[in-house]
Amino acid sequence: MATVATPGTSTATSSERRPRGWRGLPVVRQVRQSVGLQRGMLVTGLVLTGIFLLTALLAPLLAPYEYSQLRDPSGPFGAQQPPSSEHLLGTTVGGYDVLSRVIWGSRTALLVIVAAVAMSIVLGVLLGLVSGYFGGWLDRVLVVIADAIYAFPSLLLAIVVGIVLNGGESSLAGGIMAAAISITVIFVPQYLRVVRAETVRIKAEAYVESARVIGAGHWRIMSRHVFRNATRTLPLILTLNASEAILTLAGLGFLGFGIEPTAASEWGYDLQKSLSDVTSGIWWTSLFPGLAIVLVVLGLTLVGESLNDLADPRLRVRRRGGTSPADVAGTSVVPAAAAVPTDREPVKEAGL
Amino acid sequence: MTTTTTELTGGGAAPDAAAPPAAKTRRGGGGLGSYLLVRFLLIFPTIFILVTTVFVLMRLTGDPITAAQGGRLPAAELAARIKEAGYDRPILVQYWEYLTGVFTGDFGTAISDGREVTAMLTSFGAATLELAVYALIVAFVVGIPLGRLAAYLRDRWPDAVLRVFAILCYATPVFFAGLVLKLVFAVNLGWLPVAGRASTGAEIQLQTLESRTGIYLIDAIRLGDGEVISDVLEHAVLPAIALGLLTAGVFLRLVRTNVISTLGTGYVEAARSRGVSERRLLRKHAYRPALIPIVTVIGLQIALLLGGAVLTETTFEWKGLGFQLVEYLQARDFVAVQGIVVLAAVIVALVNFVVDVIAALIDPRVRY
Repeated sequence: MATVATPGTSTATSSERRPRGWRGLPVVRQVRQSVGLQRGMLVTGLVLTGIFLLTALLAPLLAPYEYSQLRDPSGPFGAQQPPSSEHLLGTTVGGYDVLSRVIWGSRTALLVIVAAVAMSIVLGVLLGLVSGYFGGWLDRVLVVIADAIYAFPSLLLAIVVGIVLNGGESSLAGGIMAAAISITVIFVPQYLRVVRAETVRIKAEAYVESARVIGAGHWRIMSRHVFRNATRTLPLILTLNASEAILTLAGLGFLGFGIEPTAASEWGYDLQKSLSDVTSGIWWTSLFPGLAIVLVVLGLTLVGESLNDLADPRLRVRRRGGTSPADVAGTSVVPAAAAVPTDREPVKEAGL
Repeated sequence: MTTTTTELTGGGAAPDAAAPPAAKTRRGGGGLGSYLLVRFLLIFPTIFILVTTVFVLMRLTGDPITAAQGGRLPAAELAARIKEAGYDRPILVQYWEYLTGVFTGDFGTAISDGREVTAMLTSFGAATLELAVYALIVAFVVGIPLGRLAAYLRDRWPDAVLRVFAILCYATPVFFAGLVLKLVFAVNLGWLPVAGRASTGAEIQLQTLESRTGIYLIDAIRLGDGEVISDVLEHAVLPAIALGLLTAGVFLRLVRTNVISTLGTGYVEAARSRGVSERRLLRKHAYRPALIPIVTVIGLQIALLLGGAVLTETTFEWKGLGFQLVEYLQARDFVAVQGIVVLAAVIVALVNFVVDVIAALIDPRVRY
């Protein structure tokens, strides 16, 4: 066991030296760091997320039909056909192929997640930095607004925004943007709160003060010193938010604010259409889009939760035996800095 | 440079006050009374912000009458009706009118069915309240004992199973959970009714009751008919489970994490070193303090519950606010939609206030 622990330590320190070396999430380190059950959960999550991403990217190759295809050369598909060799998962009440709709739906989900998360990060981080750094009345107003919106039922808020944006939107890009903006409105307060809290803390750090003494301007301090340190926790929130985005998208679709079936395939919309099928015992139209949602959200949540737990020394499962406290401390340096606000470690990375 | 220095020193106190922002101005050591007052006054900006946000968003696209009837009515008649309803006046005047209306409990009249929005809110609100209470019961009964169990058996296989169960509760959209429950227990097994709040016979009997509360279980008990009571309860089982499991997962995780962290605190260590058994440690020492955060989290859960109720009610045709909201959305009746959303905002603000008060009563550290 001791031999396992040592390379774990070295990975942590080497990645410390090249923090930008990993593309996006530094997931590999966490996989190495985790043990037993925690590793199982993380790897399961990664596999599910990977399958989701691949399905979304390769949808045209994987899907037997188009998402809006109603007939093939031999004639129309027919509505509510049970699973068969031609339609592996049957057809919907509208006469679409369920399997194709499920596969194409992953692409819609991915597009919405990417758009929503990108927009909310840009807005939330910017507002959080400004709010936390400058303080004053602007800060108070922003925080009160963010708190009010944060406490509000997110789905209702998304619906209200959806109404505004959904004025006859039926195109793919329009529908996806409408859904993404609805979700962004929910997320911005969350990012704002997190980044603001971090900014307020970092602002009081010695290295920021040093930079100020040297004569660095607000912009430079914000972009160089505060920004890079305040955004360290974001990857954790990001994975959890991605799953929330899918649930919100599905919820919107289920309530009739989704994307038209001819423009794209959306799981929530398909579930809404299958609502009446259930009473007559038709299970295939609802089960598969629903399972798709559950598996994707499960995968993303497992990844997010595991990363979160690994970042928190109190929740992290430690290797049994052979692990000296020094090893544990060594492996916990980077994630702990992300999770525990009192950690002084960021000073090292501030470039001073 | 002087300004930045003052900012720096001022920033020192900020992180502590970051959570409830307006309480920042209070000096430390204030009593419970002043805390409650500040907390109570904070309700108003919250509601005000939400009402304003909703109003602005809903009106960005135009007036409610065009939204509901546009394209169906000739332009002249449309203009006449807009003028009659006062939607042609400056938006600020309308906003002021709406704001004063909301604070006096007048939400206007729905466009699609002509009902008073306030009356609609109270009659359908009762149904949603009933569902939410059932769901909370399910959440407590499922979430808290299982969370305790998971903490007790930390990192062993039951813990793993329970944690995955908790994540599944969160990962499953309530409407899909509802659909599956319906498929299995209502359609295939035929044990429970498919949808609705009561069967037609029971509904008719309930209608005969004078001064109904709208909460079917209470009405049924007052009616004193055993069959009606069981009918009402049978209808509630599946929706309550579908909605309750969503929150149960949150409770499970929260109780687990909190019990684990209290198990590691000094006083538990001290008790352990005195030879107190692990079972007693969990039951007497670690469990109760771990429940305090649950109280605060319920505040945020109400928001989740209200959102979930919309979806659950649609799935089970449970004629509450959520079901009604979707109907009004389809009719593009913005006045009614706005009423429902504003009510949700008021409920959320009030519940959060009550929760904060309870938290302050339980835990003196919260007051400052």
